[in-house]
Amino acid sequence: MKDNLQLNSEGKLKHFLSIEGLPKELLTEILDVAESFVSMTDQQIKKVPLLRGKTIVNLFFENSTRTRTTFELAAKRLSADVLSMSIATSSTSKGESLLDTIRNLEAMFVDMFVVRHAISGAAHFIAQQTAPHISVINAGDGQHAHPTQAMLDMFTIRQIKKDFSNLRVAIIGDILHSRVARSQIQALNTLGVPEVRVIAPKTLLPAHVESLGVNVSHNLNAGLKDVDVVIMLRLQKERMTSALLPSESEYFKCFGLTEEKLKMAKPDAIVMHPGPINRGVEIESKVADGPQSVILKQVSNGIAIRMAIMAMAMQKQGIM
Amino acid sequence: MTQILIKNGQLIDPVNKINRTGCIYIDEAKIVSVTNEPIGFKPETIIDAQNKIVCPGFIDLSTRLREPGHSRKATFKSETLAAASAGVTTLCLQPDTNPVIDTPAVAELIKELAKKADYPQIYPIAALTRQLEGTELSAMLTLKQAGCIAVGNANHPVRNLLILRRAMEYAVSHDLLFMFRPNDYWLGNNGCAHEGAFATRYGLPSIPEAAETIALAQCLELVELTGCRVHFGQLSCRRSVIKIHQAKKYGLQVSADVAIHQLHLTENDITPFDSNYHVLPPLRTEEDKKYMRQGLASGTINSICSDHQPHDIDAKLGAFPETEPGMSSLETVLPLMLKLVSEGVVTMEQGIASLTANPARVLRIESGALTVGFNADVCVFDPELEWEVNAESWKSRGMNTPYWGQTFKGRVTHTLQAGKLIYCIEGGSN
Repeated sequence: MKDNLQLNSEGKLKHFLSIEGLPKELLTEILDVAESFVSMTDQQIKKVPLLRGKTIVNLFFENSTRTRTTFELAAKRLSADVLSMSIATSSTSKGESLLDTIRNLEAMFVDMFVVRHAISGAAHFIAQQTAPHISVINAGDGQHAHPTQAMLDMFTIRQIKKDFSNLRVAIIGDILHSRVARSQIQALNTLGVPEVRVIAPKTLLPAHVESLGVNVSHNLNAGLKDVDVVIMLRLQKERMTSALLPSESEYFKCFGLTEEKLKMAKPDAIVMHPGPINRGVEIESKVADGPQSVILKQVSNGIAIRMAIMAMAMQKQGIM
Repeated sequence: MTQILIKNGQLIDPVNKINRTGCIYIDEAKIVSVTNEPIGFKPETIIDAQNKIVCPGFIDLSTRLREPGHSRKATFKSETLAAASAGVTTLCLQPDTNPVIDTPAVAELIKELAKKADYPQIYPIAALTRQLEGTELSAMLTLKQAGCIAVGNANHPVRNLLILRRAMEYAVSHDLLFMFRPNDYWLGNNGCAHEGAFATRYGLPSIPEAAETIALAQCLELVELTGCRVHFGQLSCRRSVIKIHQAKKYGLQVSADVAIHQLHLTENDITPFDSNYHVLPPLRTEEDKKYMRQGLASGTINSICSDHQPHDIDAKLGAFPETEPGMSSLETVLPLMLKLVSEGVVTMEQGIASLTANPARVLRIESGALTVGFNADVCVFDPELEWEVNAESWKSRGMNTPYWGQTFKGRVTHTLQAGKLIYCIEGGSN
């Protein structure tokens, strides 16, 4: 970002809105802090008092089960008071603007907003407008960014592959509409992955996708060749009705991940998916539940990574 | 009405090929001489324009003053003052007011509002289609008789090419100019940013160049079919310049303008998610900017417009795609034009012509020149005067400009509209 809204004057994390603009050292620090929380979640008592007395509000303007739940659990394990609000778009159309919602919650002395919103830039907007003591964590904004998902994916990759500097990573599916893919690409590039590929039909790729620092392929078999990490993206049903794809079955035929196609990748390649998965559309069950799949590991890691990010964003107040 | 003398200024008038130090003599709203002092001339007001440039008042082909209908954004009073302070003496008003300019009553209301604001030279552009809905023809002749200078559909789509064809044919029948901003609604896909690296990075709904160029190409075909006189407004991309160039070479009666910010800003200049950069057409690439500049220099694009769109704070307060498009831009037109001159894109004469003589020719009005007998529409500016865009200097109610806080060179000191001094900078001599 031109204005580094995300960092305070000492270069510490204040808001977590996007991977862009965050240095490699900071991303690595997030992964390291998360590491310490992972060992803790195995213990009988899963709580630490890091954010005791702090109030975190999960503001979900868009539905989500997994992300909201893991944020909630992460906040609770840090001993924060947490409030989750699902604000369907209908209630904001009652006349209360996004900003009014934020102002009202601010008046209740909260310390952090975790925001999911259907419009790109919503989390940035809230971070710019909110009171200076409040941290904003982006839990997904439109098609822009989903940085905590990207970080939990990086965490999972590092857990298994140890090092980023010799990896080939392929991201397959609806890149155009995917905030997850955008954040993943930025994170992979920042952490020094030498090759990131995106594989999709042209209708599901943004116009200048190469400018993100990726190689492009329209062919799954060719694109999967010798990769270490396979990241599948969810395909929304509405892509069929907006003339982006002819049918689910044709999509599966071209871009669905099967055991057979996975053989193109390295034998020890891992298969990831941000969930929720569409079995038989972008991935077949044998792969999703197979030995190379780390999909559930990603979910568990989601809690540790979100604990790390929340704790670090509060660190500016002398907590850590 | 009084006699006014503007003396010692550098007169620049591209139409009459004047570029020299001299005087303008004004009597009863008209220019009576730019050479010798008329016999018995006794000016009540003398404007000393030493070290300043004196040129015809600027003519803006696309403006929104937000009245009627959106007076919380801006008013005739606030925006005509902004226009006067920017040296603009003639304004064309886009028809997307509320109510839409599709009945003579609305056109007359606008004339009335203009008179009340002491800024009479406002020309409404009539809606091409009823309610701008793109389905039925508006009463173009009646609207012309009520003072509308052209027809157009603002940013609203026309339902299909058959309706567009008929509207253009009907406009021809009444010798009306059609002012058209080409944009294919479907290809535009409700986008808010250029389909380029910026939109890709930030996940913003995007608008390809083809949304503009396809609509432009279709309309050019209909120009040939119907013979309609068309002015293409607010062009933004390379291929549009090429298409207009080819059409003119081929002999079609078309002209085109560009919004001033398209000559200076590209997607690379956007501060991420800063809604002040949200404009339609969107800010494009360096390559597009280069072509727009070349098009202006070669005359393919003959006019610069402000595309002034003042907004209230709320309209720009939100996540980028949700905010309303448009910049408040009248007051930055002159300094940004001068920047084109200092960067060697155009000569001072060309720059001035693109704001005066050329739009006058598009509109076929007797203005845009220091011709004896014309209304005394005159702009006096100091090309060296530096000023900062801030709450003190800014006149428009809309503060939605990406240039807020920046320092510019070049400022209007006096503006005369039909021989009446409608603006004089604070501390200015007159």
